[in-house]
Amino acid sequence: MLILIIYITLFILAYFIYTILARQLKSKQKNSSRKTITFGDESTVTPNRVASVISIAVLFIIWAAFTGSKLLPLHVPGPFIGSTSFSYTAINAQNQTDKATVYIRVEPVGNKTKKPEVPEQQTGFAKDDAIKVGAWRSGLVRVQNNDDGGKEKNYRIIAINDQPITAKQSIAVTNGIVNMTPKGSLSFTPDKGWQMEPVWLPAPETVIERFIEIAANGYQNITLWENIGWSLLRVLAGFILGCIVGIPLGYAMGLNNWFRGWFDPIVEFMRPIPPLALIPLVIIWFGIWETGKISLLFLAALWIMIIAARAGVSGVSISKVHAAYSLGASKFQVLMHVIVPNSLPEIFTGARVALGVCWGTVVAAELVAAEKGAGKMIIAASKFQQTDVVIMGIILIGVIGYSIDILMRRAENFLVPWKGKA
Amino acid sequence: MNKPDNHNANLQIDNLSMTFSLPDGSTVEALKNVSLNLQQGELLSVLGPSGCGKTTLLNIVAGFLAPSEGQVVLNQHPVNGPDAERGMVFQQGALFEWMNVRKNIAFGPTMKGLPEKQINQHVDELLETVGLHGFGNKHIYELSGGMQQRVALARCLANDPDVILMDEPLGALDALTREKMQSLILKLWKETGKTIILITHSVEEALLLGERLLVMAPRPGRIHKEYHLPFAQLGVDADLREVKKHPDFSKIREEILSMIWEMEEEIMGKAI
Repeated sequence: MLILIIYITLFILAYFIYTILARQLKSKQKNSSRKTITFGDESTVTPNRVASVISIAVLFIIWAAFTGSKLLPLHVPGPFIGSTSFSYTAINAQNQTDKATVYIRVEPVGNKTKKPEVPEQQTGFAKDDAIKVGAWRSGLVRVQNNDDGGKEKNYRIIAINDQPITAKQSIAVTNGIVNMTPKGSLSFTPDKGWQMEPVWLPAPETVIERFIEIAANGYQNITLWENIGWSLLRVLAGFILGCIVGIPLGYAMGLNNWFRGWFDPIVEFMRPIPPLALIPLVIIWFGIWETGKISLLFLAALWIMIIAARAGVSGVSISKVHAAYSLGASKFQVLMHVIVPNSLPEIFTGARVALGVCWGTVVAAELVAAEKGAGKMIIAASKFQQTDVVIMGIILIGVIGYSIDILMRRAENFLVPWKGKA
Repeated sequence: MNKPDNHNANLQIDNLSMTFSLPDGSTVEALKNVSLNLQQGELLSVLGPSGCGKTTLLNIVAGFLAPSEGQVVLNQHPVNGPDAERGMVFQQGALFEWMNVRKNIAFGPTMKGLPEKQINQHVDELLETVGLHGFGNKHIYELSGGMQQRVALARCLANDPDVILMDEPLGALDALTREKMQSLILKLWKETGKTIILITHSVEEALLLGERLLVMAPRPGRIHKEYHLPFAQLGVDADLREVKKHPDFSKIREEILSMIWEMEEEIMGKAI
C-alpha cells in the first residue's frame, strides 16, 4: 500500500517535472506535428521514451530504497540496529515492588556478537537483564528468571517504563515495542522500519552478485547456461515439432472440407485448454523425462500453429487465387506460390504467440518436474529460501522471453516485409 | 512485341443462364439467355446498373463459375475452368505482394516452366510496353494504384492470352490516372490485337473503351442494348479529351445514362 502510494506519487511528480522541462525546451525543438486534435487520435499517441526510461529507473529506485541497497544513497527507514533498553517494574510475593532494566542489542540476523553487558551492582529483588535480538525478529525476555523470587506464584510484572501493563498488552518503548504474553512473560520487537527483509526481497546488488556467481560457478553443480540451454532446447524442440505437424494440418483444414470437419472439433476443444492443465496427464503418461516436457510444448504450439495456418489460408483474397489460376497455375503451384506466401504473415504472428506460450509453459513444467532448466533452478532455490536466486531467475526468464519476441519480430520484418502493406 | 495471334480466336457465349439459390430458399436469376459472339481483336465494354450480372458473366467466361445453362466456347472448345488462354485483370489487390514487379509479370511464364532467359527478355519488353521501365525490382506495395494496374496488365499480357477479361480494372483509380490508363488500354489493344472484354461502371469509360458496348439490365440479368461505336478506334494514339468532344459522344452518353436511370428507378422506385 505504502509502496503503491510512493509509486503513484513518483509517477505524477516525474510527469510534472518532465512537462515543465519540456515546456522550457520547446522553443528549441519545433514540434513535428501541427495537429490540433491529439486527445482521441490514437495515431498521435506514441510511447514517450523519457517516461519509459524513468519508469524503469523508478522501479529500480523503489527496489533499492526498500531493500537498503548500497547502490542508492537514499533509503526508506531501515530496521533498528544498535543498543537500546527499557525498564520494568515487578511486584513479588511479599507485595514489594522493584525496578530493573533490560539491555538490548539489535543486530542483523546471523551476526555473532555477545549480549550487552549488565551492570554488576544490583540492588533489590529485580535484577537487570540483557538480550540480543535479530533485526526484523522479536526476542523473548524472561526477566523473572534471574529475579529473586521470580518463580514464586504472586510475582508479576506490572509496568514497563513506569506505564502499567497486563497480559496481552503492548507498550511502545524507545526503538521498539514490548509485548506481554498471555502467561506474563515479556517479548521485545525492535522497530522494523519500512525496508524489506532480504529473505523477502534482496537488494538489487545481491541479485547481481548472485547472477555473476551463478554465471561463473553454476547452481547446484549445473551451470546457468546449461539450465537456460535446456529450457531453450525444449522450447525449440516442442515448437518445431508443433510447426511441422500444425502448419500442414492448418493448411489442410483451410483447403479441404473433410480435414476441416474432422479436425475442427478437436482443435476447438483443445485450444482453450491451458497447456499447464495437461502437465499432470503428461507426467502420468511420459513421466518427468524429456519426452513428457517436449510433448507438452508440442501440444502448446500445435493448436496455435494450426489456427494460424488455417487463418492464413482463409486470409488469401479470392482474386489472387483466381488471378493465379487464370495465369495457368496448377493447384500445387497455387498452394506453393500464392497460398503459402500469402499466409506467412499470419503464420509468423502465430509463431510469435506459440513461442511465448511455449516459453511460459516450459518454465512451469520445469517447476513441476525437471533435472535441469530455468524453472527447476528457481524452484530449487525457493526451497532453500534463496530469494536472490529466485529473483535472478525470474528476471532472466523475462529477459529471454522478451528477446525471443524481439528476435521473431526482426525475423518477421526481414522475411515478410510486405506484411500489412497489401 | 507480341505478334497478334494468327489463328482466328472466336469467343462464343451461347444462351447463358445463371441462377443462384439464396439461403432463404428463394432464387436470383443473375443471367438469363445471354448470347454473344466476339471476333478476334474485338474490344467489348459491358455496362449496367449493379445487379445486372455483368461480373457474373465475366466470371463465367473466365471459368470461375459454371453456368446453370448454356456454355462458353473459345476456339471451338468449351470453357470448363480458368486457363491461361483467358487472362484476367482485377480491380485491385490481385497482385502478389510477396513478389517484386518483375516476378509478378513473370508469374504465368514461370508457372509454365519457360526458360528463364526467355522470360526475362519478355518481361523487359512488357515493362517497356506498360511504361514501367526501371520499376522491375520495386515491391508492389511501393507502387501507386495506377502503377499497380500497369503491372496487372503486363502480368496478363505475359501469358499471351487469346482473350483478356477486365473486371473494373480502373475502378479504384483517381480521375487523372484513370484517363492515362484508358489511353494505355487502347494502345495495348491496338498493339497486341487481343480480344478484350471490359466491365465498368463509368459510362464515359464504356464509350471510350468499347468498339462494341453492351448495356445490361437487371432482374433477370440480360443484354438490353448493343452499340457499335467509333470512339475506341478514334482514341488510339489520340487525346481522349478530343474524342469526348465528338458530337455523337455526348448524345450516346445521355441516351445510355437515361436508360440506366430508368432501370435504377424500376428497381428502387423514384427515390429522389
